[in-house]
Amino acid sequence: MKTWTIQSPLQDVDMTQFSIGDTVFISGVIYTARDAAHMRLVEKIRNHEELPFSLQGGVLFFVGPTPSPPGYPIGSSGPTTSGRMDAFSPLLLDNGLKAMIGKGPRSEKVIQSIVRNKALYLIAVGGIGALLSQKIVESTVIAYPELGAEAIRQLQVKGFPTIVGIDVYGRDLYKGGPNSYLNGWK
Amino acid sequence: MKKISCNDVTKTIKEMCMETNVTLSQDVLSLLQEAREKETFPVAQKILNQIFENVAYSKKSCIPLCQDTGVVIIFAEIGQDVLITGGSLSHAIQKGVAQGYKDGYLRNSMVFDPVVNRINTNDNTPAYIYWDVVAGDEITFHLAPKGGGSENMSQITMMKPAQGKQGVEDFILQVVKDAGGNPCPPIILGIGLGGSFEQSALLSKKALFRDFSQPNPEPILQEWECVIRNRCNQLGIGPMGLGGRTTVLGVSILWKPCHIASMPVAVNIQCHCARHQSRTLSGSSV
Repeated sequence: MKTWTIQSPLQDVDMTQFSIGDTVFISGVIYTARDAAHMRLVEKIRNHEELPFSLQGGVLFFVGPTPSPPGYPIGSSGPTTSGRMDAFSPLLLDNGLKAMIGKGPRSEKVIQSIVRNKALYLIAVGGIGALLSQKIVESTVIAYPELGAEAIRQLQVKGFPTIVGIDVYGRDLYKGGPNSYLNGWK
Repeated sequence: MKKISCNDVTKTIKEMCMETNVTLSQDVLSLLQEAREKETFPVAQKILNQIFENVAYSKKSCIPLCQDTGVVIIFAEIGQDVLITGGSLSHAIQKGVAQGYKDGYLRNSMVFDPVVNRINTNDNTPAYIYWDVVAGDEITFHLAPKGGGSENMSQITMMKPAQGKQGVEDFILQVVKDAGGNPCPPIILGIGLGGSFEQSALLSKKALFRDFSQPNPEPILQEWECVIRNRCNQLGIGPMGLGGRTTVLGVSILWKPCHIASMPVAVNIQCHCARHQSRTLSGSSV
């Protein structure tokens, strides 16, 4: 298992080099979206309307952070359950999205879409949002402020820690991890 | 007879909301510690270590442990010899929640209607309050912010009595398998057995409020909890579902009498960020 450092948006990154279980530290610009924002993004794509940000090479973080206390760029910011975004992710991937950060397994359709689009599903550890918030240096609401925690934010991250959950070969760490443990990995 | 003012109730609930979201209680920390000592799988060890780092940083910074600061669940034990002064007890509790979520920079995660408009209530109310009238002249609040990810993986079933203990156990195992990496394992299982359809669900929730440093007072259930935990920890799901021994930190079972035709079983899943707190208000002389 290797360790990588990548810059987002992902331009000219060889996506075939990553394998499930690899550690990936992300720096650069990423965007937040969860349930309500996904519904709006997908509706915009279907209506051929312009999106509030460019999906090309983009990284989407499934998160609804807590409000920023004074002196902090953002509050607690851990991943939400990705499965709820399964219905929307393939369309976003087909339109240029390159990586998603979340937690929990993805559907077969999402896995196929990741393979087809040479994308990545990255896992952030859930329930440690305080710790992860230290890796976010800037946060700006860029769309749907009325959604509160579900608004789309542009985040500037520095060394945000993730694990490759699904790679371009369609390998799935949610199967591979437990199997490896059960089969005596040593 | 003792009197307790609504202002004191609001202040107490506000403090509880703010504190529970940045601290884990010692009983839960001990379960995590025990799991960390037994875990051998590298990824799992790493995740368990990060959980402890998060607890330390949250306490220091007051940034919530988890961004899902939950729906507030309260079991309130009201002494029958208590006189509530200065307004409605129920409103005082809801006001405390709203104030705590605002002043604690906690996330508002509640929507007015569940299906059509889903507009945020913007103060994280309503909290769900379950009342118990008890003997005495005190009020005790048991409060927990409950996250949505683990709640979504919970299940209830109405079993046939003939399915017996084995059937119940197999169902619980299946719920844990179905949940997999979704509910932020390692998880705690609240199990409600018996009662009616709604009673079993409520019992499963109440079971999660247990002080996990204390064993189940019913010897049969105490033993069964160990069996279920051991079976779950052979599934290999592991922390965050990425493999390992540590899938279930603890199991807590509550049961009550039920109809001769029924055997309701409810499994309420709690994520590893198991925040809960209890406080008692003693009040002053009337």
